Amino acid sequence: MKRRSFVQASATVGLGLVVGFRFEALLAQEAAKPALPNPFDAWIRIDAAGDVTLVCGKSEMGQGIHTALTQILADEVEVDWARVRVEQAPTNGAFYDHGTGGSSSVRGSYKTLRQAAATARTQLVATAAEQWKAPVSECRAERGEIVHAPTGRRLGYGALAAPAALRPLPDPATVVLKDAKDFRIIGQSIPRNDIPAKIDGSARFGLDVRVPGMLFAVIARCPTFGGALKSFDAAKAKASPGVVAVVEVPPGPKGSFAPGGVAVVAKSTWQAIQGRNALAVQWNPGPHAAESDATLRKSFEQLTSAPATAFRSDGDAAAALASAAVKVEATYELPFQAHASMEPLNATVDVRADRAEAWLATQDPKWAQDLIMEVTGLKAEAVTVHTTYMGGGFGRRASADYIVEGAQVSQLVKAPVQVVWTREDDMQHGSYRPAAMHRFSAALDAAGKPVAWLDRMSSVSISRQWDDPAKVKPWASEIDGAVNLPYAIPNLRMEYADAPSGVPRMWWRSVEHSINGFAVESFVDELAAAARVDPLAFRLALLAEPRLVKSPNDPDGTPLDTKRLKACLELAASKAGWGEPLPAGRARGLACHFSFLSYAAQVAEVSLVNGAPRVHRIVAAVDCGRAINPDGVAAQVESSVVYALSAALKGSISIAKGAVEQSNFHDFEVLRLPEMPRVEVHIVASDTVPTGIGEPGLPPVASAVGNALFALTGKRVRRLPIRASDLA
Amino acid sequence: MAEFTLVVNGQPHKVDVAGGTPLLWVLRDSLGLTGTKYGCGVAQCGACTVHLDGEATRSCLTSVESVGARKVTTIEGLSPDRSHPLQKAWVAEQVPQCGYCQSGMLMTAAQLLSQKPQPSDADIDASLGAHICRCGTYQRIRSAVHRAAADKGGAR
Ligand code: FES
Ligand code: FES
Repeated sequence: MKRRSFVQASATVGLGLVVGFRFEALLAQEAAKPALPNPFDAWIRIDAAGDVTLVCGKSEMGQGIHTALTQILADEVEVDWARVRVEQAPTNGAFYDHGTGGSSSVRGSYKTLRQAAATARTQLVATAAEQWKAPVSECRAERGEIVHAPTGRRLGYGALAAPAALRPLPDPATVVLKDAKDFRIIGQSIPRNDIPAKIDGSARFGLDVRVPGMLFAVIARCPTFGGALKSFDAAKAKASPGVVAVVEVPPGPKGSFAPGGVAVVAKSTWQAIQGRNALAVQWNPGPHAAESDATLRKSFEQLTSAPATAFRSDGDAAAALASAAVKVEATYELPFQAHASMEPLNATVDVRADRAEAWLATQDPKWAQDLIMEVTGLKAEAVTVHTTYMGGGFGRRASADYIVEGAQVSQLVKAPVQVVWTREDDMQHGSYRPAAMHRFSAALDAAGKPVAWLDRMSSVSISRQWDDPAKVKPWASEIDGAVNLPYAIPNLRMEYADAPSGVPRMWWRSVEHSINGFAVESFVDELAAAARVDPLAFRLALLAEPRLVKSPNDPDGTPLDTKRLKACLELAASKAGWGEPLPAGRARGLACHFSFLSYAAQVAEVSLVNGAPRVHRIVAAVDCGRAINPDGVAAQVESSVVYALSAALKGSISIAKGAVEQSNFHDFEVLRLPEMPRVEVHIVASDTVPTGIGEPGLPPVASAVGNALFALTGKRVRRLPIRASDLA
Repeated sequence: MAEFTLVVNGQPHKVDVAGGTPLLWVLRDSLGLTGTKYGCGVAQCGACTVHLDGEATRSCLTSVESVGARKVTTIEGLSPDRSHPLQKAWVAEQVPQCGYCQSGMLMTAAQLLSQKPQPSDADIDASLGAHICRCGTYQRIRSAVHRAAADKGGAR
């Protein structure tokens, strides 16, 4: 089969050598996409100074991606770290680019980026060889220079860039990737390239964008989901100082979930907020005004009490349950969760008659561009999106409701506008991590071995809200991490039913894995307790036989390898001193989980302080393939642990009368510094391709903590966040 | 609207705003000093922390008219060249992730060190415990404050 060519050189006078390529061409879903007008979405540029720049659309939200990508580039192109940088490519009509999410940036581009970098290096070798009239085999690349071994002659990349751009690129078959043993930069804990700007106030986030003549806007939105504007009186708002316009904003294009409302536009953010406070507005509450946590819970209970669509059925779980020696049943519940990124949502957009420009903290600049086109009727060539640093994303910034609002308001007032969401807006008009319920039944045989596992799951499906109902797959972002149960249980059945809800939802760091990692790993722990077997030994026995477990959501994807999961579990347990004595009042619990093609296991050490759970230590092991930047991997795991602990121990989103009850960090609490446990991260040495790391550290946290609390108190944690009353 | 003169990072600035306007928005919207961040607006997160005469203060709840003659220092004025021991320690410990909360963290930590050059863990808890970092950089913040206190800032 002829390999699709995805690397190509172009010469632009003054630019040096530019190699364009498809950033994630090797991802299965990419191959399936239709042909694009421009085949490239990323470029490597080598300029006359010998500096090497990666131009790509991947956005930095704190995960360190700009550092990891340049490490890969520097190593493969063979320059020193000081020579490489990243340039955030604007999105305009000229090319297609990718969103940033799903812990996919490194795993998706590792091969293609290296291939493109090696192509550039090979090209420079060939160019030097030609100049020296020497055979290519006598020339090699070394730290930004091509060296002619027999004579010791050297030519810098800077001098070679321009002539290299004039030659046809080498035959892909002659491009040889570096041997991993020669890596100098990949695998090193290189300091991040975005940190200097983040300690002196110079890093520019979305909210920091300043454009000449810009106005600031806040929007009044219907507090109940699905409601609509009934009427408003703008007189007082218009009289408020600095307010220049009060405009009705219609609901955004279908699928954007921009709810519309009334925008108050002013000369400063504070004036806009004050103006909105003065606005008199009435709403039609809409069809979901009666929704509450109680109504949703009732739906979940009904839906998990009856058979539903099965996504995995091995053996005969019903029969095995009917004849069980010991039967264990338990129900797990999780609430909605807010992303609550530190930087509230915002969008700065300048819509003109013939073009539009936007400055956005977004995980998906391409979708942003599409929606701005839809709102304005402009063509792709006329809409440019500049991606800024994000003050956190966690999945929320993969949505585009706030971006649509920016375009709408700018278009309405004919000026560049920054739409600012207050923290209250951000909390109450989110796209939340779904609420969910798992109802489990399992059977143990007389020896305490699990022989049947029935998992009935219901959640508020993410996909359900935006897909074409005829093609909808409500389970698409809901069942992974539950359906591909790694443990060897002969009779297994996993069902899913989605529950109706008007609450908008979106991917929240680790998506369904945050739900399923908690439920599955807690229930496995219950089985270990019922079997009176140590939780580690119980899991290891069920992972003893190496197997590959596929997910029906991704049948052609990389399956879960139980060997790697087991190794992770063993590493975490040994580093944590599993089984060794602890001071009185402390206990350990453990959990493991596979997500985003990476493996994670954690041991939590807990106590009770005045009856409330306190986590003292988390020992984490991860296998994410080759770690590009080990310290960056550790930082992502630390970060995932904190995000998960906030959801396990602190705030959640509750619904009453069709609206969110929380409004700011006083009633949506998050973990703070005094409660921070010691987090130790151990990375399994691996030379397989890198896999995700932004999210896989999250799913085991809540279950490891809950399992530790069970070991301490004998009370099983079956709902989050953990309440002191559930442990008493 | 009224005219106020603010001394920010050693420079006097005249602004014409309503007296009740929070200092946060004057810094960000009137003076273009966007290093000071908005995170909650209600003194819950600490992202907006600046110094008033050296005292860490939440600018989101500080009206411009209440500033008076007090000197305002923002993250942009913490040092001219990222040379404050905390900034060096922040690099050495690779603290920031998204970075959005870090201006406020640094400003509060700077006041802590000026008052307690050798802070204990409990001191750090008491001082920075009222800040929020959604990226979860707390462990590194603690290490970095200790590092700065030991004046071990610099390359790792
Ligand atoms: S913005 Fe002032 S404390 Fe959060
Ligand atoms: S570094 Fe992102 S909120 Fe603290």
